[in-house]
Order: sequence, then C-alpha cells, then structure tokens
Amino acid sequence: MWGYYVALALRSSARSKALTALVIVLLAFGVSACMVSYAVFRATTSDPLPAKSSRLYVPQVDNFGPSHIWQNEPPPTLSYTDAMALWKAHKTSRQTVLYPAAWQVDSDDGLTPAMSMNGDAVTADFFAMFDVPFRFGSGWTANDDVQHATVVVISRRLNDKLFGGQNSVGQAIRLDGHIFRIAGVLEDWNPKPRFFDLGTSDNTGFDDAGDIYIPFTRGIAMQKDSTTYNGCPTESGVYDTSRWDARLTSECAWIDAWVELATPADVDRYREYLRNYAGQQQRLGRFSWAPNIRLRNLTDWMAYLEVTPRTTSLSMLLSASFLLIVLVNVIGLMLARFMRRAPEIGIRRALGASRAAIYRQFLIEGATMGFVGGLVGVALTLLGLWGAGELFEPKIARLVHVDASLIALTVLLAVAATVVSALYPTWRAAQTQPAWQIKVN
Amino acid sequence: MAFTRTFKQLRPIVAALGRHKVATALIVLQVALTLAVTSNALFIVATRIVHLSRPTGTDEAHIFVIRNGWTIGQNATQIDANIRTDLDTLRRVPGVGDAFSSYGYPLAGDGSYISVRPKLKPDQKARGPFAMIYAADEHTINTLGISLVAGRNFRPDEITTFGPNDKISPPGIIITRSLADKLFPDGSALGMTVYFPGGPTRIMGIIASLQGPISMTRSSDGDSVLVPAHYVDPDGVWYLLRTDASDMKPVIAAALKALQARGGVRVLDPKNGVITMAQARERAYATDHSLAMLMSIVSGLLLLATAGGIVGLSSFWVSQRRKQIGIRRSLGATTGDILRYFHAENFLIVGGGIVLGVLLAVLANLGLMKIFYPLPHMPLYVPLLGALLLWLLGQLAVWGPARSAAKVSPVVAIRTE
Repeated sequence: MWGYYVALALRSSARSKALTALVIVLLAFGVSACMVSYAVFRATTSDPLPAKSSRLYVPQVDNFGPSHIWQNEPPPTLSYTDAMALWKAHKTSRQTVLYPAAWQVDSDDGLTPAMSMNGDAVTADFFAMFDVPFRFGSGWTANDDVQHATVVVISRRLNDKLFGGQNSVGQAIRLDGHIFRIAGVLEDWNPKPRFFDLGTSDNTGFDDAGDIYIPFTRGIAMQKDSTTYNGCPTESGVYDTSRWDARLTSECAWIDAWVELATPADVDRYREYLRNYAGQQQRLGRFSWAPNIRLRNLTDWMAYLEVTPRTTSLSMLLSASFLLIVLVNVIGLMLARFMRRAPEIGIRRALGASRAAIYRQFLIEGATMGFVGGLVGVALTLLGLWGAGELFEPKIARLVHVDASLIALTVLLAVAATVVSALYPTWRAAQTQPAWQIKVN
Repeated sequence: MAFTRTFKQLRPIVAALGRHKVATALIVLQVALTLAVTSNALFIVATRIVHLSRPTGTDEAHIFVIRNGWTIGQNATQIDANIRTDLDTLRRVPGVGDAFSSYGYPLAGDGSYISVRPKLKPDQKARGPFAMIYAADEHTINTLGISLVAGRNFRPDEITTFGPNDKISPPGIIITRSLADKLFPDGSALGMTVYFPGGPTRIMGIIASLQGPISMTRSSDGDSVLVPAHYVDPDGVWYLLRTDASDMKPVIAAALKALQARGGVRVLDPKNGVITMAQARERAYATDHSLAMLMSIVSGLLLLATAGGIVGLSSFWVSQRRKQIGIRRSLGATTGDILRYFHAENFLIVGGGIVLGVLLAVLANLGLMKIFYPLPHMPLYVPLLGALLLWLLGQLAVWGPARSAAKVSPVVAIRTE
C-alpha cells in the first residue's frame, strides 16, 4: 500500500511539475541553509573533552569586591594568592593552575635561529586531567612542581622543527636563555575550543594550542609574565605596580584553575570548601564582602564565557527563521496542490477509501516530496559548506566537516518539515465530501 | 480612471478573500515574517558595512608593519639604542618613504593597545574619555600619511622612552580631532593641559583623524593620542613603514634584510610578523564581513522564496477561478479589469502582511539588541523601505498569473466541464 501511495505521489507530481518543483526547491534551500549553519554551530559548540567535561570544574573566588565586578560575577581567573591557596590545600585528587606565556626558543646546539613561541605554564596534573596524548616520554612529577624543575613538554610540531621528529626526551632546549630538559613530546593535540586557558587568554577559543608547557612554579620563579590581559581591581583595571613580588601579593587575577571532581558529592564538598575559604578571607579582613564563589563544569564554563561566536548563533537564528518562512510557504502550496485534487479524493472516498486512507495517502505524498527535497538539500548543503570558507572566518571555517550524521539529519529534517506542513492540507483533503465532487455539474 | 475602477473592485476582492481565509492568512504570515527577517538582516548588513568601511585616517595602501621581538636580557637603554639604529637603517632602505616605532598599529585588534583616560583636573573624580596611545616620534605623521590640522609636530629632542610598567608623563602630546572635541567641546584644546596618571601634559598638536588599534567600539575607535617616545618593552616593538610605491613586496624583503644585518638582538617572524594594512583590515573586520555576506545571501534567498510562494498560490487561485473570470469577461469586464483585479488583490494581501511585519520587525530588533550587544535601534524607515520592496516584489510575482488570468476567454463561462 505504501509503495502504491508513493507511486500515486510521483504521478500527481508529474501532472503539476512547476508546483512540485517549487516546493522541492524551497524545501531544499530552507533545509540546507539550516544545515550549513548547524554544521558551523556544531563545530563551534562541540565539547573538547566529551569523556570528562562533566568532571572538570573551574573554581572562581571573588577577590575584587562588588564595586569592581560586573553583574556580581567573580573574575574568571584567580589571583596568585588564591590560586596558590587552592592548589596547596589539595582538596581533590587532580587539580592544576596555569597561565599562558610566550618564550624565546633556541635549540641547545644553536643551529636553529631564535623563535618566539607560545605555551602555558601548568602543573603536573594538567596532562592527565585533560587527556593530553604523548608521543614520547611523559609529563613531569608533582615533585618537579615542588622543586621548580627546569623540565619542559613540547609539541610534536616543535619537536619536528628542532629534532627532525626524533625522540628528544632527555635533550635540552633553551627558553629565554635558560636550559630546560625535555620530559615529553606531545602527539598532535589541538583541542577546539582551546578551553584550558579561556579565562586568561584573549584567544577566542579557536586559536591553536601552544608548543611549550613548563612547570607553573618554574614560570613564577623565572618571573615569567602572562601573555594576556590581567584584570586588577583598580580604577584603570591594570597593574598598579611593576615589581614581581608586589604582583604576586596583589589582587590582580591572571591564573586559570581547574579541579577534577568525580562525583556530585565531591562537587558539593569542593563548593563548601571554596565558600569556607572565601569566608575565612573575609574574617581575616582581606575581603570586605560575603563569600562570592562559583564552581562551573567545563560545559557551563564555555557557555558562561560565550565561546560560540556571535556570527554562528546569529546565522543559526537567521536560517531557522528562513526554514520557518519556507514552511509557511510550503503549507500554502500543499494546500493548493491537495485542493486541486478534490475530485480524485471524492472518487476514492466514494469507492470505499476511508478518511484514514486519505490521511495516509497525502502524508506519504508529503513525505515523498520531503525526501526528494532532502536529497537536493544534501547537495546544496555540501555546496554551502564548500563555500563556508568564504563566509566564516578561516579559523572557524576549517573546523567544519561533513559526516554521515549531518547528511542523515538533512534528509530527516526535510521529511519531518514537509510532513508537518502537510498536516493541515491533508486534514482539509480528508474533509472532502465525496457527493459534492462526483455529482455532475 | 483605472484607479477608480480598481477601487470599486475592492469590495468583491475582500469578499472573495473571505472564502480563502487560510490561504490568505498563510500569505499574510509569510510576507510578515519575510519583512521582519529581511529588514533586520539588511539593517545588520548596513551597520556592519558602515562599520567596516570606516577609514583609519592613514595612507593604508602604502603602510606595512614589522613585529620585532628583542632577544632576552636587554635593558631599556639598549632597546632604545636598538630602536634608534633600526629606524635610521629602515629610513634608508630604498623604497621606504618613512618609518617609526610604536606599540600596536591601526586595526591591530584587541590585546595590543595601551589606553589612557586623560583628565581635565589633577583631582578629577570622574573618568576621562577612553583613548588609545601610540608611541610616536617626529616621523609618525609623515609615515602614517595623516594631517596635522593645528599646532606643531614633535621635535627630535623631545622623543623620550617609556616601558610597559611606566606611568606615562610626556611633556606634550598630539591628539585626534575627535578626542580634542570630547575633552574640550568648545574647540579650545590646542595648548591646554590634561592629566595622565603620570602627571600633566600639554596638547601641542591636533591631527585630523587616526584610528586606534581596536576596531570594535562604536564611539572610541578614533580617539588616539601620540606620545613622543620609543616604547622600550623587553618583549619587542612594532615598526610601521610607509612605502613610496604600491608594490610592497620588494620593500618588505629589503626592510627585513636590513634588520637581519643586526640579527643577534632581535627575533623576526617573516611569515606572521609582517602585516600590511590591507591584511590588518581584512583580519580586523573578518567577522563583520562574514556576517554581512551571510545576511545578504539569506535575505536574497528569502525574498526569492516569498516571490515563489506568491507565484505558486496566485497561479492556483487563477486556475480555480477560471469559470468566474469567464463569466466576468462575458459580462463585459476587459482584460485590464481582470489584470487589475489580481494586482489589487495581491496589493491588499501583501499590505496586510506588511502591517503585521513592521510590528514583528520592530519587536525582533528589540530582541536582537538584547542578545547581540553592539546593535543600534533600527530606524522605522528600514522596515518601511522593506515594505515597499515587498509590495513591488508581490506585484512582480503576481504579474505572470494575472496575465494568464486575463487571457481566459469569455467562452469558458458557457462551457460545461
């Protein structure tokens, strides 16, 4: 029976070619506009660590006070004082504090000219917490953190450049003139968004990961400055001092912190700890305001920082309204198409077809058109994504990819949308009075 | 004449539409939504295009920038000496018109600017207007190709130094016209004293315009301050160069080569560390550009879809009403009457959609202003222009079906099917 209805649908389409073509083209454009936007949206909102994102949390402590923060939200980063207090309290199995830094890199043999490269100063747990893959060697130990060890983990890219891709563990490189021993070489690792230093970094989340990771404590000992903007609770919003030890004791916030919390009970316990810590600072007279803390997991953190570019959300909104308008359009055209066939419906009803059969016939007709529209839509989507490089910023466009689920979703959306818009026209068709249609005028 | 005849038809048209309530409502809804979406989208396009086509005030076609990092361990005195030597070298490179060193450059983007809020009195509590600082010297005005409209340029002996942690206190500054007007609305800025965090300074010159390193604010991008100093940041400095001819490639290569002659003191990145103003402009406005393109394309498709829908439904109505048209024709209606009937009907339906659509457009604008911050109020003439466009589009779309209706022969009336 279903096959028969599909055949009927094709035959009736052949009779009104222009109207059918119009519906299919409209659907294809509406659906593909949505899918192109969705593909970009999906790429920019994707979870960089799906297996762990619900266990990674960012602690925030308000050390600025109500007059220097906006909408009562604590600063996104911690001051050195708070970062060290949280880190030393060690209230969870894994935690890291970090900040981005840029380095002048020389190879120890002096053969490669000096280069300026980016990276982060992190603690030992960083690599395990964020599932960072190693090609050679490994990260450093907690003891290295305590010892301010001069060890470094470098990217595969830097290893290729300096050591021709050979295992360089144990070799030395110079960072800002100081010799560091290579503890590990990473595999290609470029999480998108680059979530781990979103709080400090003025990277929008879509810049590439750096090439150099050194112990946080070593960075501090070397008085290595962070590469990006640091917020301070002063009138100008910048450092009021140039002395390093004064910076460390200042209330300027410039350090990203992460904790791994496995169970909801752990999360509650850590939140309680944060609140107590802020309360203690209040009692000590450092904060003159009630504890204002946050503990967000990775997903909420990305949403809070609005990592998804506005262009992406706006294009999603725009293409959704486009599809909506197309659907209103398609309802009208379907109505015309079905009403034109009132005599045919009358005869089928008179010959014994039930209303349900009419419903089936016309909904299947709608689905068939939706399917064809979906196939054309897939072609248009591919075309649109091919052109996405022109439309979206290069660093976002390169993340967009096509896969089977996107194609399946395109066809599914087209069929579902057409069936929904065929509902009312079908209901009208099923109301046709057989007697009126078959009587001779 | 034609107008009054059309006008007399309005009552039967409205009566006929009453018999197709749903189909009419669908077109009205579609026109309304199309108007709401396209007027907002095209308004955003217009704001973005206005935003991204603002001039920086400089001779952009002939300017490029070199990021020059310093090798570690050099102090402020050494860096200042390096900058002086480098500038001497660069100004002598064939093809280079002039050069100076600074922190940041026009359209550099977020994160590479120094800001200041100059005050009128040393004890002023209120914040001064936000302005961006360029380190400059006596060659800056010539290098950027900007024009001094009042006062005088810096003299070589006035050029000092400042580093990332210094409170800036220059003896004199040159500011842009727009900043001068914000500080002294009565136009008396020249020669006046303003207060920086480091102390008082005198406005010794005013330039017509110069955009700061950031390019996303609506009101402060043109408020720049030239400070007579070399920026002695141990990280590095930017060299801004102006070429004589528009072919920059050989000049860039020659300038890099000249700098590399003293390569031990610096870190250059020939691939990412050299930026022409054209590239800077493209990068700074990439988002605006992509937004404008996207919105235009979807708006175009949307208008086409709506036109297609009108054509489709009108054709259907014409085919449904062949008999009535035949009767009217045989009772004396001219082809012109029939044509006018369908045009008037379309005008009415689209008109209904427009009333609803203008309302929706204004609401959508208010909603968008909440979500996408730097978006101004949409002036009412934007949806009204959109309304005009849709009326025209409707009339064009109905033209084909109306013509085929007018061709219906009167004999149809007496034929039985």
